[in-house]
Amino acid sequence: MSILLDERTRVIIQGFTGDKGTFHAKEMIAYGTNVVGGVTPGKGETTHLGKPVFNTVKEAVAATGATASLILVPAPFCADAIMEAADAGIRLVVTITDGVPAQDMMTVKRYLWRYPKERRTRMVGPNGAGVISVGKAMMGIMPGHIYVPGPVGVVTRSGTLGYEAAAQMAALGIGQTTSVGIGGDPINGSSFVDILALFEQDPETDAVMIIGEIGGPQEADAAMFVKEHMTKPVIGYVAGFTAPKGRRMGHAGAIISAFGDTAAEKAEIMRSAGLVVAPSPSELGSTMAEALARKRSRRVMVPR
Amino acid sequence: MDIHEYQAKELLAGFGGIKDCASDAEVRQGAKDLLGKTLVTDQTGPEGLPVHRVLIEQAVPVDRELYVGLVLDRKRERIVVVAHPHGGIEIEEIAQREPEAILREVVEPAVGMQPFQARELAFGLGLPGAQVSQAIAVILGAYRAFRELDATMVEMNPLVLTKDGQMLVLDAKMSFDDNALFRRPNVAELRDYAQEDPREAEAAEHGLSYVALDGDIGCIINGAGLAMATMDMIKHAGGEPANFLDIGGGASPDRVAVAFRIVLSDTKVRAILVNVFAGINRCDWVAEGVVQAVRDVQMPVPLVVRLAGTNVEEGRRILRDSGLPILTAETLAEAAERVVAARNAARAA
Repeated sequence: MSILLDERTRVIIQGFTGDKGTFHAKEMIAYGTNVVGGVTPGKGETTHLGKPVFNTVKEAVAATGATASLILVPAPFCADAIMEAADAGIRLVVTITDGVPAQDMMTVKRYLWRYPKERRTRMVGPNGAGVISVGKAMMGIMPGHIYVPGPVGVVTRSGTLGYEAAAQMAALGIGQTTSVGIGGDPINGSSFVDILALFEQDPETDAVMIIGEIGGPQEADAAMFVKEHMTKPVIGYVAGFTAPKGRRMGHAGAIISAFGDTAAEKAEIMRSAGLVVAPSPSELGSTMAEALARKRSRRVMVPR
Repeated sequence: MDIHEYQAKELLAGFGGIKDCASDAEVRQGAKDLLGKTLVTDQTGPEGLPVHRVLIEQAVPVDRELYVGLVLDRKRERIVVVAHPHGGIEIEEIAQREPEAILREVVEPAVGMQPFQARELAFGLGLPGAQVSQAIAVILGAYRAFRELDATMVEMNPLVLTKDGQMLVLDAKMSFDDNALFRRPNVAELRDYAQEDPREAEAAEHGLSYVALDGDIGCIINGAGLAMATMDMIKHAGGEPANFLDIGGGASPDRVAVAFRIVLSDTKVRAILVNVFAGINRCDWVAEGVVQAVRDVQMPVPLVVRLAGTNVEEGRRILRDSGLPILTAETLAEAAERVVAARNAARAA
């Protein structure tokens, strides 16, 4: 198993026919993702990359049975695209777009709540690398070839730091179930806690890595969730120990503006909640290797 | 993006409930003394900022000082209006000293701030009946400004009740969402480049994200998270980063060249580390960009390049075969150790 996405998931792409949409659609299809079509308003009833193009998400869902949508539209139109997908009944929306206004996200998240729980849309992103269920399917912009299948679930704000973690683990022979990029914005669709809950339920995921950064309350919330609700080992890292106060470090959400926003404070909260925090970003792989080894030896030593 | 206090007050004045005072010529000497000087306060940081403008206002006899602030709360994912009956001090201080005295209204985004919420705050602040409606107008106006200008923070501190019964914003602060400036040209034009590091302004022009720091190891990295982690790694290896610089996903030769120029314009820089995890782009392509840029800028300091990801072997070969004095590294740890060693050697020389 994996979380969120597998090789059967029917995926459409909003912003399918643009340069980015075309490039990433090709990569996703090559990886094995079940891309069933795309949406570009005004280009309905044409085909692109051998898949049908629709004017609206509702039409795409009716014709293809799509349940997931990857959104690659420019930032000013992103909120609208997400709400359109939600209204059409799409269950998983993954948004890659960087630069979405924070108040748009506030409105979007409120909008998603108008649907009853059994048909509510789960959203991942924006400003993240997307979701990859290793060896099965990819909705995102990550280089699929660096991931190997295995027992670790990864949830990260940063795309490239997620790649770094994947490469470090792969070098030690450790693979992943699913890697989720929740994105670097101050308000995002799925939080660390949302994804941790899914990994805890996934029978194929034995351990989880959470890669946070400066700014916002999500890493502390995640630490509390791990302490209270998780049975699987979780290792953590928080990027930005050298970041100064009050300066935005690339990501819109990566800014130290309140108590508890610094990397040192977040790492300490993680440690006190029972997570093993990697001592440096070059030890993400080795820290996970140790956590998996400890888990295996514990399993053997359980008294009967 | 942050703006000046006087700009914040002018913006808020446009949303009603705030009166501007008439000015007086008496302040000429004071303005003369201030203009052109470097001002150092808690808000400017230890290096201070140049004073190019002075706001002139009439002094008013004040009866009470209040605090009213609006913020986009990341935990609640809502706009929260915060008020306190004692203005003039930092809200963080108040929050620590007497958190129970802080009044809060969480705004439901679907309908916006309602008059009853402003009313509850006004009465909660203990204002006399005659001033309640004025305070409501100020608070609702600030909320409208927050929404219509895509603010992330509006602070009226202090909001005062004058002896003659007027509600007046004596000092205001506003911060805006950089991601929304495309639709707020009137906010974007308030940016005062004279208050910004010229390297940061140049980087922004090229779509790069650069933050100047105090160390002497220049950093050029793709991805904000990897950039922060690489800086952490440099620190871990005993060095100090001179900057944060994210060149973004597509590390094209042009962007790499601009990045080198900006990093090298910081005269503190004694060594440079390039760390690119090529996902969508390819290492060979990034390596060619680096080689091209190094030839063009005639690198005056040691350079360490760490490439990882797609076509990494080919990328490393291009760096080796270039004949340029480029040090390479395979892992993040190796890269940080090498650049710190190179910095130490450059210092000793």
